[in-house]
Amino acid sequence: MAYDKFNVLKSTVVPLPAENVDTDQIIPARFLKATERVGFGDNLFRDWRYDPTGAPKPDFVLNNPTYQGKILVSGKNFGSGSSREHAVWAIYDYGFRCVVSSFFADIFKNNCLNIGVLPVTVSEKFLNSVFEAVEADPKVELEVDIERQSITLLSTGESESFDINSYKKENMKNGFDDIDYLLNLKEEIAEFAKTR
Amino acid sequence: MEKKTLFDKIWDAHVVRTVPDGPDVFFIDKHFIHEVTSPVAFLNLEKRGVTVLHPERTIATPDHNVPTIDQEKTIKDQLSRMQVEKLRTNCKKYGIELHDLGSAHHGIVHVIGPELGVTQPGMTIVCGDSHTSTHGAFGAIAFGIGTSEVEMVLATQCIMQSKPKKLRITVDGELGKGVTSKDIILYIISQISASGGTGYFIEYAGSAIRALSMEARMTICNMSIEMGARGGLIAPDETTYAYLKGKRYSPKGADWEKAVAYWESLKTDEGAEFDLEYHYDAADIEPMITYGTNPGMGIKVKGFIPETVGMEGSNKKSYLKSLEYMGFLPGEAIQGKKIDYVFVGSCTNGRIEDIRSVAEFVKGKKKAPNITAWIVPGSREVEKLAHEEGLVKILEEAGFKLRQPGCSACLAMNDDKIPSGKYAVSTSNRNFEGRQGPGSRTLLASPLTVAAVAVTGEITDPREVF
Repeated sequence: MAYDKFNVLKSTVVPLPAENVDTDQIIPARFLKATERVGFGDNLFRDWRYDPTGAPKPDFVLNNPTYQGKILVSGKNFGSGSSREHAVWAIYDYGFRCVVSSFFADIFKNNCLNIGVLPVTVSEKFLNSVFEAVEADPKVELEVDIERQSITLLSTGESESFDINSYKKENMKNGFDDIDYLLNLKEEIAEFAKTR
Repeated sequence: MEKKTLFDKIWDAHVVRTVPDGPDVFFIDKHFIHEVTSPVAFLNLEKRGVTVLHPERTIATPDHNVPTIDQEKTIKDQLSRMQVEKLRTNCKKYGIELHDLGSAHHGIVHVIGPELGVTQPGMTIVCGDSHTSTHGAFGAIAFGIGTSEVEMVLATQCIMQSKPKKLRITVDGELGKGVTSKDIILYIISQISASGGTGYFIEYAGSAIRALSMEARMTICNMSIEMGARGGLIAPDETTYAYLKGKRYSPKGADWEKAVAYWESLKTDEGAEFDLEYHYDAADIEPMITYGTNPGMGIKVKGFIPETVGMEGSNKKSYLKSLEYMGFLPGEAIQGKKIDYVFVGSCTNGRIEDIRSVAEFVKGKKKAPNITAWIVPGSREVEKLAHEEGLVKILEEAGFKLRQPGCSACLAMNDDKIPSGKYAVSTSNRNFEGRQGPGSRTLLASPLTVAAVAVTGEITDPREVF
């Protein structure tokens, strides 16, 4: 369904310097039982965030009020494993609009773009700069500009450009999704279907 | 003439149009759905006022959250029951073929698709499940999608996809005794890492792959996603045709001849280029097992957990965190570690050949007293064959508990959970933290290795148990 438009996002960040964060960690399978897309943010990183009694684990970053923001920053191979879109729903529902990593799993990246969360791939060097800057000062901000395809660490001015194809870029800027596009091709698809 | 890979041939034949500097509008021949990733897609369709365009191209079964005991009774867990009921309502409303609990072809979606002959060479197949890559064993382009894409397929029979790069993995030579296709794929993933295939679609080739049965090929393609690849395929051949002949949805009569003639064309042209190639020698592959929390963390059963030499920063930190979760130390031997559970099942290794190999191994033996042994057939058809062939009797005499078909302890959405802190050696596909239940510790291995572990109660090379 249509989502909020994404243009320039300036925000403090939540750092999660782990690698290979799989979608089972982002949202464990036992929390996939809803038939509607509501409330998934409550169980984002459930088993890292809460102990088995449901009490928050104080050492996990989402339980540390020092770190807030609309941008989640994590280590390489973020979103690997299961195709569950619920993982992105949980990230979105929690309040993130952008995820930054040095490497994303394919299906996760597609799922992000399909619901309006921007995945930004940066170099290892830039990623480490962000982790170091946030560790030194949790108030530092990132600025993500989709039109310019740039991400900037505002405390140092360090900046990188990121890839996004122009189709997805327009979608993100306008809050359109792929189904809007596909439904407009109905006749072309119907002709093609006859050949299959 | 332009030289094409098998993947190019199938992909290019399904492109409706290419968006300039954007993805392809990609036509989907067959679509599988299950109870967990489809309800929101149907709900959104309704919100848009759109119907299902080609209900005859979608097939449904409930598998992820279903109980594996008392399936004939009402599902106790309210949320699971609601998801299964939603699937039933949606299938009825839109006229989608449903293989419901208790019906002759109920089972894990990636087990029943091939069993029914729905999966055929040259097709494009998607499902809201990353292990859809399984169907690539037939020479099809098959991959997992998110729920937004499930909605796209229901509404338009298309999704928007950028064409992945091409990777060929060639395994030549003969496998040693006690080495299975699961060991091949765990070996490959251990070599190229859990992210080494990201951005690629794989073609598996070579004499060791050709020599495998269809079920063994499915195990390989199934785990393509565990190295980050979208999917993996194997060119169809006589083995493929023999498997498909006579299946419910396989072409019949003159259509069969026509289909085989087309399938024969589905191979990579000599000289066609890949973006990346890896070559392995089957003789180098031994029984494998994982020791960490992603499928790339695999070693020989007779091997040692890697030391941290050469690792630094967040890489080392993540590695040590993973070992801490597992309760292992760098440099330790994995053989001889005490195990609590074994699980035989899942879309990776829940087929009849897997159950046969376990039964053959444990025949006349008993499971170790410290082991709880679960065996969960991938489908009703597999369950039926296991009974008919006397395998269930052998397994039960050895102390295994047979359960009813479903995804079960592979992802522990139902009650089949490994308790916190306990070790499970599993034939499934993922060893992520908590994958088989909160706090559970999973080691992935072949059905043969799992059988050996069941008998000895500790990590054991199956070649050393007689």
